[in-house]
Amino acid sequence: MNYVIIGSGVAGIAAIEAIRSVDKAGKVVMIGDDPHGFYSRPGLAYYLTGELHDKALFPRTSEDLRRLNFQYVRARVSRILQDQHALEFTSDQAPLVYDRLLIAVGAQAIPLEVPGANLEGVLKLDHMEDAKRILKLARRGKTAVVVGGGITALELVEGLVSRKLKVHYLLRGDRYWSNVLDEQESHIVEQRLQEEGVKLHHHSEVIEVTGKNGRVNGLRLLNGQTLKCDLVAYAIGIRPQVRLAKEAGLAIDRGILVNEYLQTNDPDIFAAGDVAQVYDPRSGRSVLDSLWGPARQQGYAAGLNMAGKPFAYIKTVPFNVTRLAGLTTTIIGTVGRGRDEDLVGIARGDSETWRQLPECMIAQTGEVNRVRLLVGEKTLLGAIVIGDQKLSYPLEKIISENVDISPIREKLLIPNAKIGDIVAGFWAEARIKR
Amino acid sequence: MGLLTFFKHDTDKHTVLASGQVVPDSARCVQCGICTYNCPIGIDVRAHAWRGAPVIHSQCITCGECVARCPRGVLRFEQTDLFTSEAILRTKGGG
Repeated sequence: MNYVIIGSGVAGIAAIEAIRSVDKAGKVVMIGDDPHGFYSRPGLAYYLTGELHDKALFPRTSEDLRRLNFQYVRARVSRILQDQHALEFTSDQAPLVYDRLLIAVGAQAIPLEVPGANLEGVLKLDHMEDAKRILKLARRGKTAVVVGGGITALELVEGLVSRKLKVHYLLRGDRYWSNVLDEQESHIVEQRLQEEGVKLHHHSEVIEVTGKNGRVNGLRLLNGQTLKCDLVAYAIGIRPQVRLAKEAGLAIDRGILVNEYLQTNDPDIFAAGDVAQVYDPRSGRSVLDSLWGPARQQGYAAGLNMAGKPFAYIKTVPFNVTRLAGLTTTIIGTVGRGRDEDLVGIARGDSETWRQLPECMIAQTGEVNRVRLLVGEKTLLGAIVIGDQKLSYPLEKIISENVDISPIREKLLIPNAKIGDIVAGFWAEARIKR
Repeated sequence: MGLLTFFKHDTDKHTVLASGQVVPDSARCVQCGICTYNCPIGIDVRAHAWRGAPVIHSQCITCGECVARCPRGVLRFEQTDLFTSEAILRTKGGG
């Protein structure tokens, strides 16, 4: 059996692990166009802040990879020839045949489309090369402008602040990450950024990046204001890379449409990770998740299915942990409200499921700690935990396992209830009963 | 530092060593490698997190560097079952 995987991210690696757990003999080829192969993309944020060295971002040694017994081909696929079960490359390499193909090419930053966006010093953060470019320019720059909402934009802000740049942060809307955070949470994040010296500009939109000798020297805003800067970093959302699938005539919507077996409408072609829009049999909808955990799980499930071991990927409640302005933040289930002007569609580290209409939101805030819950009829539907993470593990279990919260529901809904204590008490009792 | 203080520190450390281990929650982990990068002994903590396996390693000094540095709260100390009251209760209860 010939297995071919396009993409060198976590979905691809997980797929190879799964294939090898079933089929030790088949030929496995991974094709990637990232010169660095497999590394932790989310870890780039900590490379930017200087918390780790670039070499530390590689989870696998060459010995580990050898043990998985696959061939890595650095190339770019230009075309999928479905009828011939083969791939063509942009270089003059001979076409490669497959029996089962996995498309795990991820998503890319949506480009900033304003005049001057092609100047040197206008930067995004998709790959390690992007991070290296940012650091190189940060070394000789003094002032940076960051554009966009969501996690990646904030990572850019924090990285540039750590590198001692003066940072202007532009938000088109009235507050940070408004489709997931509530007002108070956005405020907590923004206040901490201001304490670090970040200059926030709300209701601000770039209309032009200006430059000299091909290099950025400032930008112009819609309100007429101009800012001087040496670099512009943007993260306004991501777009699944569907070109190959689209040209091959596979079914796509915003991502490549796959069933719960990660299979496209061609039974020999699978898709997983940020590029896949996965059918969820529970809700009957096909959803984009751009989270690392699901990408790994989907890749693993796809690998098993490719190797002939049927395995359905059932979407669990979306779950992500991130760091917002230095505060560890866990987001579970449904928590948000909908649209965010700062993002075009989905952002990295985001799940569409987070943005459903709330039934009943309650929250408790300490100094820099906060817990917010979305209370359903009998269960908790979502939670966000900022700062102290003691409650995040119990909440993850209570939400993902649909634990009946009737015994505490009323108490939770009393105005100003100490919801943290109530949940902690409930969890302690539930554990004893187990 | 007096001798007693010195021994107290040592005893505390041995208690932690005997009763605690670093346990990952792999669903939170993105394999960034800050844990491995900061381990003074050079243990590949990240590989444990990928597998969701506790860091059972003869050389782990349970210093807590990895737990403290992880930006996503993946790692925590957990008591090993060996000498804890829960384990004793379980033995008594036959469960």
